[in-house]
Amino acid sequence: MSSGSAAYQVSQLDELEAESIFVMREVVAEMERPVLLFSGGKDSIVMLRLAQKAFAPASVPFPVMHVDTGHNFPEVLEYRDRRVSELGLQLIVASVPEALARGLVRESGDGMRNRIQTPVLLDAVEKHRFDALFGGARRDEEKARAKERVFSFRDEFGQWDPKNQRPELWSLYNGRHHPGESIRVFPLSNWTELDVWHYIARESIPLPSIYFAHEREVVERDGMLYAVNEFFVPRAGEEPFVEVVRYRTVGDASCTAAVRSDADTVVAVIEEVAATRVTERGATRGDDRVSEAAMEDRKREGYF
Amino acid sequence: MGVDVAPVEVEARPMDLLRFATAGSVDDGKSTLIGRLLYDTKSLFTDQLAAVEAVSAARGDEYTNLALLTDGLRAEREQGITIDVAYRYFATPRRKFIIADTPGHIQYTRNMVTGASTADLALILVDARKGLVEQSRRHAFLCSLLRVPHLVLCVNKMDLVGYDREVFEAIADEFTAFAAKLDVPDLTVVPVSALRGDNIVSRAESMPWYEGPSLLHHLERVHIASDRNLQDVRFPVQYVIRPQSTVVTDYRGYAGQVASGVLKAGDEVMVLPSGFTSRIAAVETADGPVEEAFPPMSVTVRLEDEIDISRGDMICRPHNAPTVAQDIEAMVCWMDETRPLQVGGRYAIKHTTRSARAIVRGLHYRLDINSLHRDETATELNLNEIGRVRIRTTIPLLVDDYHRNRTTGGFVIIDEATNRTVGAGMVVQRD
Repeated sequence: MSSGSAAYQVSQLDELEAESIFVMREVVAEMERPVLLFSGGKDSIVMLRLAQKAFAPASVPFPVMHVDTGHNFPEVLEYRDRRVSELGLQLIVASVPEALARGLVRESGDGMRNRIQTPVLLDAVEKHRFDALFGGARRDEEKARAKERVFSFRDEFGQWDPKNQRPELWSLYNGRHHPGESIRVFPLSNWTELDVWHYIARESIPLPSIYFAHEREVVERDGMLYAVNEFFVPRAGEEPFVEVVRYRTVGDASCTAAVRSDADTVVAVIEEVAATRVTERGATRGDDRVSEAAMEDRKREGYF
Repeated sequence: MGVDVAPVEVEARPMDLLRFATAGSVDDGKSTLIGRLLYDTKSLFTDQLAAVEAVSAARGDEYTNLALLTDGLRAEREQGITIDVAYRYFATPRRKFIIADTPGHIQYTRNMVTGASTADLALILVDARKGLVEQSRRHAFLCSLLRVPHLVLCVNKMDLVGYDREVFEAIADEFTAFAAKLDVPDLTVVPVSALRGDNIVSRAESMPWYEGPSLLHHLERVHIASDRNLQDVRFPVQYVIRPQSTVVTDYRGYAGQVASGVLKAGDEVMVLPSGFTSRIAAVETADGPVEEAFPPMSVTVRLEDEIDISRGDMICRPHNAPTVAQDIEAMVCWMDETRPLQVGGRYAIKHTTRSARAIVRGLHYRLDINSLHRDETATELNLNEIGRVRIRTTIPLLVDDYHRNRTTGGFVIIDEATNRTVGAGMVVQRD
């Protein structure tokens, strides 16, 4: 933390960092078995950095878990494994392909695996008896998430009940739960996309390369640019073309779209994000377009 | 394939953070006002706006219903009401803002109390045609109860009263007189038309008689730095860091967020509840030692002496310490719809980083939050009711008067059977 101690004031980024660190320490102090959801996306990467800071000079006192849909960007998987090994973390992979193979879930009609991630996540939570799950979700992302608590109580089915949330006053977080129930914890609740990028810049945090402009073969569908790869096959009439793009979010490769961009550095990305007029999920997520309340419905089922 | 990010100095962003709560209903134009702030600061995105326009059009609304921006839940959109606190974010070059947007009706008092608990500023709206109503007074009272340091009254819909200065001044005078009876350290009254954008971002030509700032100008410049208590050192120990490592040995650091005061190496400190004293050896962060720590920094404190300290203890100064108490007087807002607070009731308490069990020993009165009348015959507090209670805790809490310290003066009450947060308490040490 860089402190401008002369006037006893901190910048808003320092204040967000301090709040997130406080939240992470609360969880480790009060909960039995926390785990950090790590997808290799920018938000989970920032969350991991905050975890390092919260417990230094000790190491991060919980494992990380990746819910692997099997539809991955290779750059992101490579990044995940490198980061985990650098920090000496324990990585747990909750695998959707494995769950498909053993019949826990079935492939959905549209081929998107966003929805079937949820039972796989819940299965892993039960198996490892995790009682607190750190997620990188932010309230500025989406209107249902704007109503989310920092400590979000989930019943034994992992379900979110938006009309029955615990009041959250001051910085007093209530993580009490019965066996089988759990708490989703969102340390980045009050961060915006721009804050995340400013923090990445300030802390010089390495990111997977797909966050920066590169050439990629894409097709346009529903006004969004999807990379052509083994998980995304162009439909009849969709003509692949090469475009300079980057990813604003990293999710399942079958439903995460790229945006046209020539931002190839963090500074350029910050300028681009500051000027953009479209939200990151609106620009890049096919899964949110299903209905007006797609996110709320997924969250009720146990999604983040 | 990872891209290493070279350290970059993105133009220093010495921006600070202002958290503000808004209370009101659609009728007051609250959603329009928030929509206007977001729109005019370019924080409203085209896909969000398009989604809201599409839903409005499909419902046959005559105009785009900006309430749909903040009413994010299916039930809220179906019923056209705000149920819960929604958080919205926007920034100007000077400041980042977090809006806790709360519903205004009395049945959502707990949501407003929640939103106000962390707010630096509260924004209350009244309709210029209606003037002050019961709800405006209630909101002002709740802001004062939660000790929100800055209050802004927006007299909205000035366009519908012909931008009449006298209408505005009558409302401003009445509200100022009412606020004088409360604990409102700073009050600003702004005449606005949220619909037309008058006095929202810039001063309106329609009201040349108004010489004060626009709403956004005030939000950007209101001085919040001195709201923080820098006098009383209060450092609730959150977690003890003891690396199990061969590289770092014999390290013992007390991690926490500074609640108030300034801590620095060399300071003599006292640890409660034990009362042992020592000196601060270092104040550290992951990025190295810092000269001073003050709110809201999260740091790790190391002491010169090895004393037994654990989570829930508090580091303070020998001659400036919180009260160590098991009998606590507090104003309590009850938040549970299933069971009332009753004398004799047993609960769990969370106060700073300390947890205890408690029994309600007495209910002095229930407050009518509209009239401020004290009902001393009350025997319980129901959902959204506020009263003065006395509790006895199983272990001592380390408390300050809520008016002096929102962190060491606030606590939550938890039902041990359901684990739900059922009440919010504010410690009273003076009358």
